[in-house]
This record gives sequence, structure tokens and C-alpha cells, in this order.
Amino acid sequence: MTEISLRLAVSFAQILAEMSIVMVTVATMTYFERKILGWMQDRMGPMEVGPYGLLQPVADGIKLFFKEDIIPAGANRAMFKLAPVLTMVIAMIGFAVIPFGPDVTMDMFGMTIKPFVVADINIGVLYILAIASIGAYGIILGGWASNSKYSLLGGLRSAAQVISYELNVGLAIVGVLLLAGTLSLVQITEAQAGGFWHWFIWGGRPDGFFPIHTQIFAFVVFVISAVAETNRIPFDLPEAESELVAGFFTEYSGMRFAFYVTAEYANMLLVSCVAASLFLGGWNAPYPGTILEYIGLEQLAWIEHIVWFTGKVYFFLFLFIWLRATLPRLRYDQLMRFGWKVMLPIALANIVITALTLYFFPR
Amino acid sequence: MEQVFFFYFAIVIAAAAVLVVAVRNPIYSALSLLIMFFHVAGLYVTLHAEFLAAVQIIVYAGAILVLYLFVVMLLNLRRDDRYHRQWPMAAAVGVTLVIEAIVLTAMKGWTAPVVAAGTETTVGGAGNAEAIGDVLYTTYLFPFEVASVILLVAMIGAIILAKKDVGGNAPQL
Repeated sequence: MTEISLRLAVSFAQILAEMSIVMVTVATMTYFERKILGWMQDRMGPMEVGPYGLLQPVADGIKLFFKEDIIPAGANRAMFKLAPVLTMVIAMIGFAVIPFGPDVTMDMFGMTIKPFVVADINIGVLYILAIASIGAYGIILGGWASNSKYSLLGGLRSAAQVISYELNVGLAIVGVLLLAGTLSLVQITEAQAGGFWHWFIWGGRPDGFFPIHTQIFAFVVFVISAVAETNRIPFDLPEAESELVAGFFTEYSGMRFAFYVTAEYANMLLVSCVAASLFLGGWNAPYPGTILEYIGLEQLAWIEHIVWFTGKVYFFLFLFIWLRATLPRLRYDQLMRFGWKVMLPIALANIVITALTLYFFPR
Repeated sequence: MEQVFFFYFAIVIAAAAVLVVAVRNPIYSALSLLIMFFHVAGLYVTLHAEFLAAVQIIVYAGAILVLYLFVVMLLNLRRDDRYHRQWPMAAAVGVTLVIEAIVLTAMKGWTAPVVAAGTETTVGGAGNAEAIGDVLYTTYLFPFEVASVILLVAMIGAIILAKKDVGGNAPQL
């Protein structure tokens, strides 16, 4: 029994560390989003709290924490309370299978631990897809339980949108799965080691440079569908503020509101991590090996790996903000037509072409 | 340990399944069904069928039940008493199933349990997505293709039903 309790303790420590990283990144993101949007629109962004407004996320957190928690009179109380928690939990558990760093093992207390991934399960990609697909529940329930027409409309839009676009996410991933021959995110990342021409977005064979198995179309489909799945501009129909006030969380205030916002940022972070792992080589550097390894510091090579992973993830997060500053919102029928008539055929064609090239030029 | 988990999952599945039909509010029904799907997936995990568990969540919890909720909210059903005339039929089916269960349990005493040869090693070793793919495209190719054709027919049927009103005239079939 002691071994089980020890294993549980180590797992809890890993989960705690990972959740702290996610929460800190979410707080940083709220700051960066306002700053970058400010710069792109030729204004300063937050400047009041701390130097260059650096303490703004803390101030926001404290403000939301002390706000009154209002439950509307006509609302379904149990569901109204449950929905934000559900959204938050689902947004957090997806990070369990993301490999943040190299696949090394440590021997501690007589058992092997993988320090950079909480759970290296053999169906990692499917797990991510499952988490993404149940993410709609919190939004739908919140919209329904609020008993307000704006919330209900937001929730219904979200349901239709998530169902349409999660299909494209799943189909875009299939090409990568064909190339890697595994469903584990750790092994998919390892298959892309040895330089940027082995990343699946470029798709060179392990012994060559020519991009015969390129997944660039799948990459584009994945990123666009990921923006749609996280309800970000230009696909933020569920919370379109000019028509639905705030969509599904119109009636929420205080910490429950904060839960929804945090979950949205955490979802952005999750899809960024997945995109980096699947298409941009995860923690692999764009050159073979690592610099720290060449100059003789092999023990510290993991630092370089983590820096590259972080860089790629922040590139995607910047992309989200960039899109928000650039593009206007789609109309609802445009959103549906784009998902089903443009994205879906591209994703399907990519699967067929990848399968054919893989058959004639096996890896 | 495994037994504890099995009985937990089994009891919750049974309780949630009863709630699905017993609760008056259709939204609560759908949520009970969601809880049941998750526990069935948990049962698959304890059987080392992780692939099935993930597919169970993606297909049933992620797609089908979201559509149910969607429809229920659009119709905005508060209570529904329409189904309570089905009691005699439900009782007949239920009694039949209970008798069947009793007979099967009683028969189990004098038939030796068949041990599925090597499921644990073959499936667990090769990663069970691979094992399922292997079996599906060789041994069970025919049922697989039949299922595909049925789904295709359903798709074409849905398209024809949805397209009917465009332009005001039904398609000539």
C-alpha cells in the first residue's frame, strides 16, 4: 500500500506543478493580450498597476475574487453553479498528456518518474480529442441554466460550432498519426527529432530533406479549427458582445465569471501545446541535437528543450492575439459554410494524399 | 483494488441508467446519461481497452449527447408525461430480461467458463488501437463494410430529408 500512496503523492506533486504553470501562464496571457492589443491599436494598454502595468493580472484576480456572486432569480441554481466548475476542470485536465520536455526518466524512491509529462498514456491524442469534445458541456449548461435569452443563444451557437469544428481538428490530426504510427504525444514528438525538416509541418523522411510527407495543409486546418473551438475572434459567435451582450456567460459575475475566462485562456494554451507537439516538433530544437549538448553540458540539455517548447507555444498564443486584433467576426452562416465546405474537404484530401505518399514512399 | 473499482463503476452505471428514465426534467436525464457514459468508459479502462474508452467519450459524450442537449434546449421541454402509457410494454420487456438473466446465472453453474485466449497479452502488448485495427480490417472486414454502407444510407437519407423544401418541390425518386 505504501507504494501506491507514494505514487499518488508523486502524481499529485506533478499535477500541482503543472497546474501552477498553467495558471501563471493564463495570468501572463491576460496581461500580454491587453498589452499587445494596445500596441497594435497604437495605445499603451494597462499602465497603472505596477511598472508598465505588470501587476494588472493580480489586481484583476483580487477584484474578481471580491465581487458579489449573483445568481439570477429565474436560474436553475444547481446547474448554474456546476457549469463554470465543469468548464474549468475540463480545461485543466487536458494538460496531463502534454510533454513539456524531453522523454527522460528519473529514479526516485525506487520507482521511475517522467518529470516532464504527467501521464504518458498510449492514447494521448485521443484523450485530447475527448477532452476537447466534452468542453462544450460547461458552455451549453451555463447558457441554459442562466434562463436568459442571450445566454441560451450563446450556448446553442457554441454547441453547433464545437461539433462542426472538432471534426476538422480530428481529421487534421489523422495525417500526423499516419506519419508517426502512434497515438502517444511523447512518441509523436520523438518521431520529429533531428532538425526542422523532420517536423511534420515540413514532413521530410527520416533520411532525407525533401518535404514529401508535408502536413502544412493539415496544420492550417488545425490552427483555424482550434481558434474556432476555443471561441476566439473571428469565431467568437458564442460570446459575440455586439449581438449577445456576453453570450453564454452574460449572467455570471465574480469568480464564476473568472472561471469561464480562465478556462478560455487555458483552452488556448492547450491547443497551442498540442499544435506545437504535433506539427512543430514539440520540444525538439530546429537543428539536430542541442547546443548545450555540443559544448559538453549534457545534463542541462532539457533546459534548451523546454525553452524551444515554450517559444513555440508562445508563438501560437501570439497568433491568437494577432488574429483578434486583425479580423472581424464571421456571420453565423459563413462560419458553418467555412467549416463544412472548405475545412472538411481540405482535411479529407490531406488524409488521402498522406496515405498515398506514405504507401509509395514509406518512412 | 480492481474489484473496488469495478463495483463502483457498476453501481454508478446502474444508478445513472435508472435516473435517465426516472427523472422528469429532460436536461437532468441527459446529464445522468453523461455520467453513465463516463463510468462505462472507466469500466473499459479497467479492462485495458483505453482506445474504446476514448472513443466512447468522443462519440457518445462528445457528439451524440451534445446533440441531444441541443435538441432538448431548442424544444424547451419542461416536463413530459407522454411516455407514461408505455408501462405495460416496459414491464413485459423487463420481466423477460430478468427471467433471462436468472436462467443464464443458473446455467453458469454447469458450463465451464470460456477463457478468451491471450486477449490480455496480444491487446495490451501491441497497443490496442493497433490490435483493433488489425482485427477490424481482416477478420471483421465484412461486418465493418456493412456498417459503413448502413451509415452511408443514413447520410444520404438525412440529406434528402433536409433538402426537400429547397425550391418548394420534392425530389423525384
